[in-house]
Amino acid sequence: MSEPVIEVRDLVRKFGNRTVLNGISFTVEKGDTMIIMGGSGCGKSTLLRHIIGSMKPTSGSIRIFGEEITTMPQRDLERLRLRFGMNFQFGALLQSLTVGENVALPLIENSRVDPEIVDLVVKMKLELVGLTGFEHLKPSEISGGMRKRVGLARAVALDPELLFSDEPTSGLDPIMTAVIDQLTLDLTRKLDMTAVVVTHDMVSAFRIGTKMIMLGTGPNQGKIIAAGTPDEIRNSDVPEVQQFINGLPDGPTPLKLAREDYIDRLLDSGEEP
Amino acid sequence: MRDYFALNASILYWTFLAPFRGKALRIAATFHQMVRIGVQAVPMTALTSLSIGVTLAMQGAHELSRMGATAFVPDLVGMSLLRELGPLLVGVVVIGRSGSAITAEIGTMKVSEEIEALEVMAINPVRFLVVPRFLAMMVMLPTLTVFGNYIGLAGGWAICRFSLGMNTDAYIRRVVESAHVMDLYSGMIKSIVFAWLIATISCLYGLTVRGGAEGVGRSTTNSVVVCILSMLVANALLTAFFFVVES
Repeated sequence: MSEPVIEVRDLVRKFGNRTVLNGISFTVEKGDTMIIMGGSGCGKSTLLRHIIGSMKPTSGSIRIFGEEITTMPQRDLERLRLRFGMNFQFGALLQSLTVGENVALPLIENSRVDPEIVDLVVKMKLELVGLTGFEHLKPSEISGGMRKRVGLARAVALDPELLFSDEPTSGLDPIMTAVIDQLTLDLTRKLDMTAVVVTHDMVSAFRIGTKMIMLGTGPNQGKIIAAGTPDEIRNSDVPEVQQFINGLPDGPTPLKLAREDYIDRLLDSGEEP
Repeated sequence: MRDYFALNASILYWTFLAPFRGKALRIAATFHQMVRIGVQAVPMTALTSLSIGVTLAMQGAHELSRMGATAFVPDLVGMSLLRELGPLLVGVVVIGRSGSAITAEIGTMKVSEEIEALEVMAINPVRFLVVPRFLAMMVMLPTLTVFGNYIGLAGGWAICRFSLGMNTDAYIRRVVESAHVMDLYSGMIKSIVFAWLIATISCLYGLTVRGGAEGVGRSTTNSVVVCILSMLVANALLTAFFFVVES
């Protein structure tokens, strides 16, 4: 199709003796919206952190725009980071700045633009996420969902080629979720932006995704258990995937421990499993 | 320890080299920090220095009066303040007020992913957060020390004037005669070294916070303890150094 924007090969990350990512490989092509799914604690956010270069893998390779980032010096990484935007799970806004200043931050720090243009861009970006008129409030004065939307506005402030989103819609009401999804769709389909979205909101995942991967838990911890287009995922015969996308309490991923396990762990108290 | 030297190198780079490579210093943020670290510490510094000046004079007067040498009280107050107690006590005040605040603030930003967000936006956290605090500290601690010295001397004057009946002219003349320029310089050099230690240590502890609110609390405590201890050790080393240099 087109050139790969992100290429992850055999990514392994261990914390102590716990393997969080275990041989992850996938490719994201230009214009794709890649959805990373998986249960809580399966390493979705960790994977994202490796791709944006804020964590270094134990082994494996990550190439963004064709450049290897795992061994890249800090200076080159900064140059590369100007080409992508990241929307953090809880917004990660600077509490000491107002909403407007937060959105303006990447513009002021990384480009030489006129203050009036900065003002205009800030208004435009806040308009995109439906927060016109909130420029002068501090992040502590707005709700969690609003903070997330400001985070998205800040992520797209520099019109990046690549957008990362960590659970952009969790904690938002259904209408706002649809608005954010529509925004992601517009950015990717109309402006040819590439997006990587971590989510476990299945409605939104199938609405915006063009490609999906699902990370496993339990024995499959840190491995990709399914990958493909939304249709392929929907028709996947992997039982974990079916359980996940249909939201069933019972299935291959047990909600509760088996009775014997439970007793074992109770008596084994004090030691981490 | 390696982190500490890396942070120092990074601060030096972003303060002295980067401005010539198109990455300007954040002047407005630096002034903002100077107000927080310096101007807002004025009342507390004044009170601390005044009480120390008064105490020194009272203790000195008590001891010296047995030898009939109360005329030397101004010498004692001046020397002790300029060389030792001035820089040290202002250092303690600033550690308590600002060192802890710097660690807690940067630590909270670390915990709430704000530092990571800065990095991802290609904004260097050392340039953005540490350098303004470092510069503000380097300017304001010596300034506060000079200010504290004046207030302390005024405290000494109050005792000499009203309790020992010395007149104001005599007090001022005595202090100026007994204090050498080297006394002032040694105190100033000390406070510059202290400012460096406080700024770098409190920023380092902030940047290396791990694990939530508890981590921030732990780091803040450690930061204050390490700042005070390293300041005291540096003070002893510098005093020894000045004695060697001057003799």
